Amino acid sequence: MAENHIPPQALSDIRVLDFTHYISGPYCTKLMADYGAEVLKVERPDGGDMARRSGPFPGDNPHHEKSGLFLHLNTNKRGITLNLKSAEGQKIVRQLVREVDVVVESFRPGVMARLGLDYESLRSMNSEIVMTSISNFGQSGPYRDFKGSEIAFYGMGGEMFTTGVAEREPLKMGGDVIQFQAGATAAVATMGALFAARLQNIGQQVDVSIMETQVGSIDRRMPLLIAYQYTGEVSQRQSLNSAGGYPGGFYPCKDGYVELTGGRVYFPRIVKMLGEPEFLKDPKWYQPGAQQDDDLKAEFEEFFYPWILSRNKQEIWMAAQDARVLSGPLNTIEDLQNDSNFIDRGAFAEIEHPQAGTLRYPGRPFIMEKSPWAIRHPAPMLGQHNREVLIDLGHTDDEIVSLRQQGVI
Amino acid sequence: MQKLPLDGIRILDITVVWAGPYCTSFLADLGAEVIRIESIAKFPPPPTRGIVPRPSEELIRSIGLTGGGLPGRVPGARPWNQVPAFNAHARNKRSMTVDLLKPEGLDIFKSLAKISDVFVENNPPATMDKLGISYDMLKEQNPEIIMLRMPAYGSTGRYKDFRGFGLHMESVVGHGLQRGYRDMDPTTNTSVLMADAAGGTQGAFAVLAALHHRNRTGEGQLVELPQAENVIPFLGGSFMDYSMNGRSASTIGNRHRDALQGCYPCLGEDRWVVITIADDTEWRAFIEVLGYPDWAMSEDFTDHISRYRNHDALDNYIAEWTSQWDNREVMQLLQAVGVAAGPVFDQKDAYDDPHLNSRGAFEEAYQEDTGTHMYPGAPYKMSETPISIRRGPVRMGEDNEYVYKTLLNISDEEYAELERAGHIGMDFQEGVS
Repeated sequence: MAENHIPPQALSDIRVLDFTHYISGPYCTKLMADYGAEVLKVERPDGGDMARRSGPFPGDNPHHEKSGLFLHLNTNKRGITLNLKSAEGQKIVRQLVREVDVVVESFRPGVMARLGLDYESLRSMNSEIVMTSISNFGQSGPYRDFKGSEIAFYGMGGEMFTTGVAEREPLKMGGDVIQFQAGATAAVATMGALFAARLQNIGQQVDVSIMETQVGSIDRRMPLLIAYQYTGEVSQRQSLNSAGGYPGGFYPCKDGYVELTGGRVYFPRIVKMLGEPEFLKDPKWYQPGAQQDDDLKAEFEEFFYPWILSRNKQEIWMAAQDARVLSGPLNTIEDLQNDSNFIDRGAFAEIEHPQAGTLRYPGRPFIMEKSPWAIRHPAPMLGQHNREVLIDLGHTDDEIVSLRQQGVI
Repeated sequence: MQKLPLDGIRILDITVVWAGPYCTSFLADLGAEVIRIESIAKFPPPPTRGIVPRPSEELIRSIGLTGGGLPGRVPGARPWNQVPAFNAHARNKRSMTVDLLKPEGLDIFKSLAKISDVFVENNPPATMDKLGISYDMLKEQNPEIIMLRMPAYGSTGRYKDFRGFGLHMESVVGHGLQRGYRDMDPTTNTSVLMADAAGGTQGAFAVLAALHHRNRTGEGQLVELPQAENVIPFLGGSFMDYSMNGRSASTIGNRHRDALQGCYPCLGEDRWVVITIADDTEWRAFIEVLGYPDWAMSEDFTDHISRYRNHDALDNYIAEWTSQWDNREVMQLLQAVGVAAGPVFDQKDAYDDPHLNSRGAFEEAYQEDTGTHMYPGAPYKMSETPISIRRGPVRMGEDNEYVYKTLLNISDEEYAELERAGHIGMDFQEGVS
């Protein structure tokens, strides 16, 4: 990739030493790396980041250099392997700590201290260092050492209680979105700490509990927590038969599903979307209570279902937008990746990796006019930059061979 | 006063609903002076400050708690200051009012732009055009200003003028089909979502990155965060699975792609626990807690692969066991042996939770129209510049005197004139709906 053509990036003067694994931590440092930060990822020599063992893999054949999750989460980082428990490994880490602005880690609470890398130790090596610790439940409290999982973070921290339908159990969201959200929150907090370090000479530790990033999440946990304070009422999952106005929610159509937010005050817009059919001119549709009337709803649906079932989701979305009805098609990833709107706007990135080949990745989350997102290089192979980094630290090739033989790298 | 990371940074904020205001709430928490620019002549898009300016008690009771959960479910004198959907992100902010649709209103905005570092908005591109607010206009006032705009689908492309909430954007980029019950069709999908949170959080990161760039180079810039595209990186493995294998993921409900996982009923009404069993070691620990029941010894559950294959049967057995316990007891029993388990907390559970309380996750804050309550604090902890709720959720127009008189040096006479002209106030004008 042509490194010399990349314009200056916003965070290119920030150096990060990255001891994170799986999703939240690596997503935090990915955001920084993709906007220019120099991130050095430290992996254990025996297998590295556990995300390397998590799919998807091309052809479903597991290979530690071809995990789609790992490749996505570690773009623009350099990688070394290091046995942090060995004396030599410790020496190397101490050298590295002196050269960086930020350490981000996602070990279980207490592990960094056992490695002699707790915040006080880091500060004694580098007085203005920022240390961001990302963990399941935080660095303190009765659940500190509890195990976590995507569904547990959402269940305990987020608004899972209200997700799903009243007739069934609460429901998680798709994939690993909660852990991504925690990573993004950690990136904001890390940047905040960097401002204090750079402008006020204050180094500090940032404690990110994945559970708490959900407690403080806007849709819909915080509003409902506050509503409970104001009213003493807890929320409920919506019933399958709820009288929430019509049409509202997800509907089947010719080639899939589409969402329409069209009931209640938005009903006149729906009428417009449907081409203002004669029967909807009757004032009865606009009387108070009309949106809660089951007979009217049934009469409406007799017209509405044939209309929606004979159209495809893209067509319905267009018609809805023309009538100012809030709507969206339930796209598949295939629909998304083949949508010329997103392709033409540059929402995806083609990235070449020596082992996984050239693949399409999610692209920039936001566009910076003067200091853009860029892919400088793909995710590191395990230990790819060992020699480069150690030479920079003043080690000779002979020493590197011996470190390798001792299992330090 | 305690130093905060963004001391000295002033941010103008005309954001609506959730994604934009959540972005500026991160920046306000970190110490920036965030000034919400509101209008007493126009009600912002619902549910920003509720669904109508003066809802009846009946209306409040008929809508959901995020918009209708006003104290005691009764509208006060200024209901727009009492809406949970707004007060969730309004801490640590200031609010001023000005009618930007009037020429002198736009002039006031320009004067503020001159003395501010950042401007944030998340309106449809057409709304900004109508107001005559653009990055070029701001740059004329202040060459170093940073502007973050957060349109739904971007300022170019065929969806540029499309409207939508987080719900719609997530559906468009493929998350909608990845959530939902695995045995029910997508029409049963309900809407608690992540696009607004993702937009607000990465929007705050974008502003911090742009400020960092400005500190190094003196250069301001325009940043565009298209909210739909902003979510795409969160799709992670499922995006890459299509790239690698041409597969489009559909929902697996509460299950996990590798581990054994589910949400199970507990003692009591609507009480639930979630459990994740990642591997053999955890399985052995799990069945030990259950007392090695006969079913667990059967050949259906001899190894991880057979357990995953018989997940439906497994779920029934687990549910039978969890039903006899309180959900917090299940958590304690399983976590003690290293198995991830946790109750599904409703709002009361969260406030009562000893762990969250021991970490100070909730802070007391006061606001004149709602009184004193416990609010969720910043979603992270900083050791040397502790982030706290310094000021309760801001009331509309609460800081007019400060903004007009202290920041803009406007005289008492001019201030009175602007009040008469419908710019300054703390109440929506008659007839605003």
